[in-house]
Amino acid sequence: MSTDYVLQTTDLRKEFKGFTAVEDVNLNVRRGDIHALIGPNGAGKTTVFNLLTKFLIPTSGKILFNGQDITTMKPAAIARLGVIRSFQISAVFPHLTVLENVRVALQRHEGNSFHFWKSEKVLDKLNDRAVELLDDVGLAEFANSKTVDLSYGRKRALEIATTLALEPELMLLDEPTQGMGHEDVDVVADLIKRVSKDRTILMVEHNLHVVSKLADRITVLQRGAILTEGDYDTVSADPRVREAYLGVEEGEEVPGQSAAAKASDSKDVQEATA
Amino acid sequence: MQLNKSMIALVVLGLLAPLALYPVFLMKVLCFALFACAFNLLLGFVGLLSFGHAVFLGTGGYITGYLMSTTGLTPEISILAGTLCAAALGAVYGKLAVKREGIYFAMVTLALAQLMFFVYLQAPFTGGEDGLQGVPRGELFGFIDLSDNMNMYYFVFAIFLFGFWLVNRTIHSPFGQILKAIRENEPRAISLGYNVNDYKWAAFVISAALAGMAGSTKTLVFQLASLNDVHWHMSGEVVLMTLLGGMGTIFGPIVGAASVVGIQNYLSGGELGNYIHIIMGLIFVVCVLAFRNGIVGEFHKLLKKNF
Ligand SMILES: Nc1ncnc2c1ncn2[C@@H]1O[C@H](COP(=O)(O)OP(=O)(O)OP(=O)(O)O)[C@@H](O)[C@H]1O
Ligand SMILES: [Mg+2]
Repeated sequence: MSTDYVLQTTDLRKEFKGFTAVEDVNLNVRRGDIHALIGPNGAGKTTVFNLLTKFLIPTSGKILFNGQDITTMKPAAIARLGVIRSFQISAVFPHLTVLENVRVALQRHEGNSFHFWKSEKVLDKLNDRAVELLDDVGLAEFANSKTVDLSYGRKRALEIATTLALEPELMLLDEPTQGMGHEDVDVVADLIKRVSKDRTILMVEHNLHVVSKLADRITVLQRGAILTEGDYDTVSADPRVREAYLGVEEGEEVPGQSAAAKASDSKDVQEATA
Repeated sequence: MQLNKSMIALVVLGLLAPLALYPVFLMKVLCFALFACAFNLLLGFVGLLSFGHAVFLGTGGYITGYLMSTTGLTPEISILAGTLCAAALGAVYGKLAVKREGIYFAMVTLALAQLMFFVYLQAPFTGGEDGLQGVPRGELFGFIDLSDNMNMYYFVFAIFLFGFWLVNRTIHSPFGQILKAIRENEPRAISLGYNVNDYKWAAFVISAALAGMAGSTKTLVFQLASLNDVHWHMSGEVVLMTLLGGMGTIFGPIVGAASVVGIQNYLSGGELGNYIHIIMGLIFVVCVLAFRNGIVGEFHKLLKKNF
């Protein structure tokens, strides 16, 4: 093998009562890449994530992580191997403080998570590291706030900080910039770029501007199957992708940049009306 | 700290209470308060509704009652034995129940508890319908006579404080932190690598053990272990106490237990005695509809609003 793959799937398939949500997907994620998984709504991106992290059991197919077959493992076990995912809707612990959210992740390596007879004060020694992680995502000043009170963008940033606390080898991010305003999108995109050092990231992302900026490699999914794969230029030049994903007729000229602006504009509207 | 002040107030109140109220009434309140605290650990802090918790109360009661009646063991050893048996039963039942979620969890716990109800109904050592009567209270550590109600009261109070402390320690421990995370967002806790079922199971065993300890103690107080304590009515009652007092709060279960026992005592003496179940049912409905947060929860909200 010449290329070093962190994650590989062979003929991964998921059927829901006769409906095929994921169809024979062969995904190869190279070590160190930011790999984007894109595709129209309902293409099966989240389902692929759920299969990779074992929140769903594949109907057939195989999943390899660092060459190890993980197809039949449990979700928590996958996480322990170093594959940490985020969720499409923000995944925080709303009634814990921001600091506590990160500490829950840090705590796993402490080996005291079953110690019910000890005071939670023993966790205080994790505070420095937790604040450091929060500082990285610009949340240090909110350390002691209740998480529910954070803005949506900050919750997503907290989620990334929590995920990073586990030093994952492979990070799966499901639409990390969804529902954010322009500035937040840029902040999170920079953040992802920064944390991608020494690790591999597989991300679902609708914002093509972000994809063009971050992704080393892109896989386009349509109706559960892989449509095409390649770098941004290759993929964005593919007329099938433009039709399926951008929703434009062949021949019409839409530079990626303005499509992305359109996409994030509509997100702003969504957020404003929400 | 706020909590420490409340704790001191609770201890002082507990020490002085027998000067004003009947010790037997107070002991009943304390036993149920401990039972409700144990239950609240699961419902309020892990989000698990066990609908068969009476089985652990009853198991503790039967074991302690049997040992006190037939062996020369001291009361503290008998209570410990009752507690351990309830924990062991909790370990088995918990293993089966935590695989299910939501309403299915409640149904499994109820079904398993009913199973044990029929076992206790038939088993030779429980006295069947009559139960175990005239259980001697014995002498604590072999020299403190517990037939004296004041001695018994302070013993019960000490047990209660220990149980209450353990519940609070569990909530505010590294383990409790994970329990809260599971309650808040279970998929996220899984995705961070926690085997959430193991944590739920451990919490279930702790809760079962403390419920058993409450049952053991109650048997000594009333010198009686009976089917009432394993009946599903009792499982419902602890739900009521916890919701009425305020689930997920520290003091809610105590307030709830005191209220329910108080109301029951008051009613059973008067003309309304026949309507106890209807009245308790009404209280339950009002509580669920109007005071979602229970007495303590509403009180907290009031404090927050006004200060
Ligand atoms: N548990 C389920 N049961 C039945 N159908 C499902 C289930 N989960 C997803 N689906 C279906 O599978 C298809 C793919 O859904 P999925 O959520 O993976 O899409 P997606 O690419 O993540 O879309 P979006 O961009 O909207 O997030 C959809 O048609 C969806 O309705
Ligand atoms: Mg999705």
